[in-house]
Amino acid sequence: MATNNADIANAAPTGSRQPTPHATGEADHPSSPVARFGADKPLALDSGGKLVDFQIGYQTYGALNRARSNAILVCHALTGDQHVASVNPVTGKPGWWSDMVGSGRPIDTDRYFVICSNVLGGCMGTTGPASTNPATDRVYGLDLPIVTVRDMVRAQAMLLDHLGIETLFSVAGGSLGGMQVLQWAASFPQRVFTALPIATGARHSSQNIAFHEVGRQSVMADPDWRNGRYFEMGVSPRKGLAVARMAAHITYLSEETLHRKFGRNLQDRDKPTFGFDADFQIESYLRHQGSTFVDRFDANSYLYLTRAMDYFDLAADYGGRLANAFLGTGTRFCVASFTSDWLFPTIENKAVVRALNAAGASVSFVEIDTDRGHDAFLLDEPELFATIRGFLTAAGEARGLT
Amino acid sequence: MNAHPVEVQQATHRVDLLAISQLVTPGSRVLDIGCGDGQLLKLLEETRGVDGRGIEISQKGVNECVARGLSVIQGDADSDLVDYPDEAFDFVILSQTLQATHRPRLVVEQMLRIGRRAIISFPNFGNWRVRAALGFSGRMPVTRSLPYSWYDTPNIHFCTIRDFVNLCGEIDATIETSMVLHRDGRRSIPFGAVLWFWNLFGQQAVFLLKR
Repeated sequence: MATNNADIANAAPTGSRQPTPHATGEADHPSSPVARFGADKPLALDSGGKLVDFQIGYQTYGALNRARSNAILVCHALTGDQHVASVNPVTGKPGWWSDMVGSGRPIDTDRYFVICSNVLGGCMGTTGPASTNPATDRVYGLDLPIVTVRDMVRAQAMLLDHLGIETLFSVAGGSLGGMQVLQWAASFPQRVFTALPIATGARHSSQNIAFHEVGRQSVMADPDWRNGRYFEMGVSPRKGLAVARMAAHITYLSEETLHRKFGRNLQDRDKPTFGFDADFQIESYLRHQGSTFVDRFDANSYLYLTRAMDYFDLAADYGGRLANAFLGTGTRFCVASFTSDWLFPTIENKAVVRALNAAGASVSFVEIDTDRGHDAFLLDEPELFATIRGFLTAAGEARGLT
Repeated sequence: MNAHPVEVQQATHRVDLLAISQLVTPGSRVLDIGCGDGQLLKLLEETRGVDGRGIEISQKGVNECVARGLSVIQGDADSDLVDYPDEAFDFVILSQTLQATHRPRLVVEQMLRIGRRAIISFPNFGNWRVRAALGFSGRMPVTRSLPYSWYDTPNIHFCTIRDFVNLCGEIDATIETSMVLHRDGRRSIPFGAVLWFWNLFGQQAVFLLKR
């Protein structure tokens, strides 16, 4: 994951004119399939307005069976995209969950039809602030209404209608993806046979909102942000977005991992320089994370998606009692958390399990022992793989999948 | 199920699990606390058609259960039962786990809150072998059914059959059925008046309680 060399350390965010998803065309014209919804199919938004003329960029893997009963929707996290198991067109790297999704993987594309769509508000082909507003022919920027997790899920439901899929065999995802999973189970229980919320919570905690606010303020404090109209100005708030990513990245790891991987090791030098260069490996690593992130992600999109997570509070939509969100559900749940995850700690995941129990739902729960923090859900975690494989296989038998 | 004759099950399942399964009403909702690899839950699903749930403390056990298609939560009997609503289950089962809990009385009370019936099986510390080991050798007993040394045993709250009967009285639980089991699978009739006898000779006890 980490590459530590002087070139990378020196590649810290400096220049402003670099390719972005908009500049490379992915926001409007993704290299993946895209579903377009015209004026006859508006998307009602929680903020009160409607999104008219929008699109969803998505990827599929495997084949839909004759009974249309083997579809799995994978929901991506904050900075993910629809390229879950195929080469990312912007970075050229493998899909973000290719350990989990693929031929012979726990979410086995030989058995299941896997769909992953870019979230509403994203920047990889689904309508978001980096997309062109068809009404004005200008980039949306901050003219895009605020979107919520429930809006994202409504949009995904429209995509499934478009694809002719009535029920999902499973909906799976971690972090923001897990929030979407929970929202799916609450909003469309009859369409969800199994649900796999991983390393997530039914609400964003105060501490998590605080971290997101630091990130947003960092973006907006960059003079090149230009009140969100940086595209027209030919600039990009690269420094602000990079710092936002650096701060966020710390929350995805754990103190143990940082100590194990970097400790207090110096970066390509024998002694401190008594300056503010990246003397420590951890500094170099974070600068690298920041600078590579801005090459693939839109700053406004980062604002919208962090905001969507902040607003997420599933219990609040159901009279303040989370169990009410799942009353009478027939969906089978499998919840997983990680011991060293301090962004979505086990206690947040267990609150979901507790509510599911109180609602009489069928639920399994595992807490995976790892020092890799929140990011563990994206990594090679054999216990997670075994759990998901077992859960899906058993549920597949109940669903009549062969 | 006709395809699985009882003789076969007796060969592959612990005797106490078979005894427990026969106390469970077909089609009922069941919670198995400390469900291990899910052997009892699977047996109950197959032979009793129950809607079964489990709690298990070990990740290995949970993973095995999930892979068998069982709904099992990684959790702890001592701390996690409070999360369940009242009368969520018809039967709450605690098999061979009571002696390993930190607060056995609270666990039994919680079981009777979240279930209409509670089924509890435990090793009888009043058995004559245990008494003899302690009485004659002056050492904590290590037997075939209680194989741990005192310093590494997970069993921190042993009790005798008489102790358990007294606990039921203290918490106003009604004993609907009680039986003792022997290692070879022989089972006594419900004991009642001959409590002293079974407290001396019984190796394992199974109780069916209600509030």
